[in-house]
Amino acid sequence: MSVIILLLGASLIVALFFLFAFIWSVKDGQYEDDFSPAHRMLFDDKTDNE
Amino acid sequence: MVYELLNEHGLCNYYTLNARPGTAQRVPVRQHKFAFLEEEPIRRRLIQYEDDQQVHVTFYIPNIHCSSCLWLLENLHKVDAGVQQVNVNFSKKEARVIFIPGQTTLRKVVETLASIGYEPYISLQDLQKKKPPVNRRIFYQLGVAGFCFANIMLLSFPEYFSGEHHMDGTMSLVFRYLNLALSLPVFFFSAQPFYASAWKGLKHGFLNIDVPIVLAILVTFVRSVTDVLTGAGAGYFDSMTGIVLFMLTGRVLQDKTYKGLAFDRDYTAYFPIAVTVVKDQQEIPVQLPDVKTGDTLLIHHQELVPADGILVKGKALIDYSFVTGESAPVAKQMGEIIYAGGRQLEGNMEILTIKEVAQSYLTSLWNRDEMQNKEQKASFIHLLGRNFTWIVLFIAAVTTIYWGIYDTSKIWPAVTSILIVACPCALLLAASFTNGHTLRILSRHRLYLRNAQAIESLAGTTHIVFDKTGTLTGKARSAATWHGRALTVDEQLAIGAVGSQSQHPASRAVAAVCGKPANTEVLRFTEDTGQGLQGWAGQLHIQLGSAAYTGAKEGEGSQVHVNVNGDYAGYFLLSHTYREGIDDMLHALPYSLTLLSGDHDGDAPLLRNMMGAGADLRFRQQPHQKLDHIISLQEQGKQVLMIGDGLNDAGALKQSNTGISLTENSNNFTPASDGIMEAAQLRRLPAFIRLCKASKRVILISFAVSVLYNITGLFFAVQGKLSPLTAAILMPASSISIVLLTWALSEWAGNRLLGDDSHPRA
Repeated sequence: MSVIILLLGASLIVALFFLFAFIWSVKDGQYEDDFSPAHRMLFDDKTDNE
Repeated sequence: MVYELLNEHGLCNYYTLNARPGTAQRVPVRQHKFAFLEEEPIRRRLIQYEDDQQVHVTFYIPNIHCSSCLWLLENLHKVDAGVQQVNVNFSKKEARVIFIPGQTTLRKVVETLASIGYEPYISLQDLQKKKPPVNRRIFYQLGVAGFCFANIMLLSFPEYFSGEHHMDGTMSLVFRYLNLALSLPVFFFSAQPFYASAWKGLKHGFLNIDVPIVLAILVTFVRSVTDVLTGAGAGYFDSMTGIVLFMLTGRVLQDKTYKGLAFDRDYTAYFPIAVTVVKDQQEIPVQLPDVKTGDTLLIHHQELVPADGILVKGKALIDYSFVTGESAPVAKQMGEIIYAGGRQLEGNMEILTIKEVAQSYLTSLWNRDEMQNKEQKASFIHLLGRNFTWIVLFIAAVTTIYWGIYDTSKIWPAVTSILIVACPCALLLAASFTNGHTLRILSRHRLYLRNAQAIESLAGTTHIVFDKTGTLTGKARSAATWHGRALTVDEQLAIGAVGSQSQHPASRAVAAVCGKPANTEVLRFTEDTGQGLQGWAGQLHIQLGSAAYTGAKEGEGSQVHVNVNGDYAGYFLLSHTYREGIDDMLHALPYSLTLLSGDHDGDAPLLRNMMGAGADLRFRQQPHQKLDHIISLQEQGKQVLMIGDGLNDAGALKQSNTGISLTENSNNFTPASDGIMEAAQLRRLPAFIRLCKASKRVILISFAVSVLYNITGLFFAVQGKLSPLTAAILMPASSISIVLLTWALSEWAGNRLLGDDSHPRA
């Protein structure tokens, strides 16, 4: 039975990882602007002086 | 032009990105327009972060409108090498610029932006307060609640499904204690908004709906903890975390904010941050609050007059459309008073201030005492919730007495489970989800309400007050009708060509009816401020202007007289056109109506006809009279809805129970109000109000449904037999069915009342 407890711990850790991923994405401002990032990635950089 | 500038810097694929890159033009920037940005106090206010290496500053740029704007702005470093990085937030129309202080200056950056057509909007408001940081706390709370709820639910399943054959003792203990641990973040962190709101209510002696909810959360938590610690059971952790999650979701939905729309602008958002003061022959940029009575201000072409003053130098043609909604400019002579809020249209002028900015006629409206005490009516949800709570408490008391007589050991489980199962969470859920849906349906139809409170106050409207110019009539659209001899096609086109050379609204209106030929060149064009204009189009010499300018007889109303080759041909009569569907809209409103117009009463018979015999029509109303009239209506016990647009309505909009300001395009600035409506949607007003009323019914229906669940739960609870499993079935079942029901009912009401020709917001 103790293997279930082990699995439980593992699954909780995975779930916690997703929780922190969510918190990070909110903190990062990913939900602030839903237009610019989607369009920004479509622009080509003709010159590479970045 | 812009193209040349872009070409120089290899930004040509700007034009390949979007077939219609929009209206951005290279705008000539007046040389010292942004000189004020070199003033240290102003500079310091605008800049967010500064060190030797870089300076961070965020600009609000109303012109951002397409993906090309995004691209162009984010490549600003190719135009100005001192710029390190630009980050555009499209939905807020903001650009965050990072530049290197040694290589460029704030002023240069702003000038570059302005020259490519993205002039940052810098107003007095920027000087006064820093924007509060975005509050993302509720999203963290929501995330934590979701995480804990999902895990607790999964960990509870073994207990529920094991039935009579009890599961392994240690295993069960591990699961229970894990649940207890997982419920702690929800109890102490996620549920905080409810504690805060309940505490605020209690402090003001008002029992709002969050009080019984907090009570229920508290009882559920204590009961569950004691159950687990004493080994009596698994507790109701899943029900508790689930309800917190659902209620938080509702709250997020209801408190949705519209990025890029501001509901609380006062005059500071309209006024420039600095103004040029002429002192000892020198022009000095001065922060607006530092302007003193007796200072001479230099107002440039297209600038806003920030304080009441007397015209001392130059010609004045003032556009008061900001203030009154009236687009026809007014010419002022030397020595006349010019009120704050007008925009100078013709060249530069100097005015001697007679009042400070904050004391000026227009701005003083905001400082009046009456404005502050707009009473906040308690939502019917709180009253309903309160009655509900009394009933629950009564049932709990009866149960206590009953079990006190028959079996005292059952008092604790029975009473706690009553409080667990019968919390008015469902009512709160019904309300917040319905409000959220209604706000979204309205926003699909371009009515953006400030908050859920506005839905209720709109539904409770008993009296509607309209402004005329800019509200019932289109703001810029004035129709010109020709009175005079018949014009040939060539003459008409020539008039159109000459008229279109000017920015004056009257000539624009004339050009609009005459049509503008694409290839007619206008030669020797001159414009005489406030008088008229003339020019040659082909073989025809056209003069347009006032009676004095053309030598015609003065007539009634706004007229544009026309001379063709020096001979008088006739005049155009300008009149405002009423918005489409206004007539039907006014007839469909089953409320008493008032018109408060700042204008003359020329249209009185027409308006009387449209608004009906019972309507109260008032003309030549000053802004403070509008405000006073709203107050007097409210003193008669009326729930006033005010619909207006200009700054002159701002006082009335703020004072009324619901103030809705109209906007012709969402970039425009609207005065502080409870809602912003796209002007073309005004004809839908009756449907909007009906939808708000329907949303109240949706809340009541959903609440009635949830009461059925409550009664089922109470049936078990009073017997002290509410098992965690029953609670775990009832809670999500009632929550989810309410969420679905509110969604279906509001969408149905929205479709029925507003039709489905809505365009989702981009």
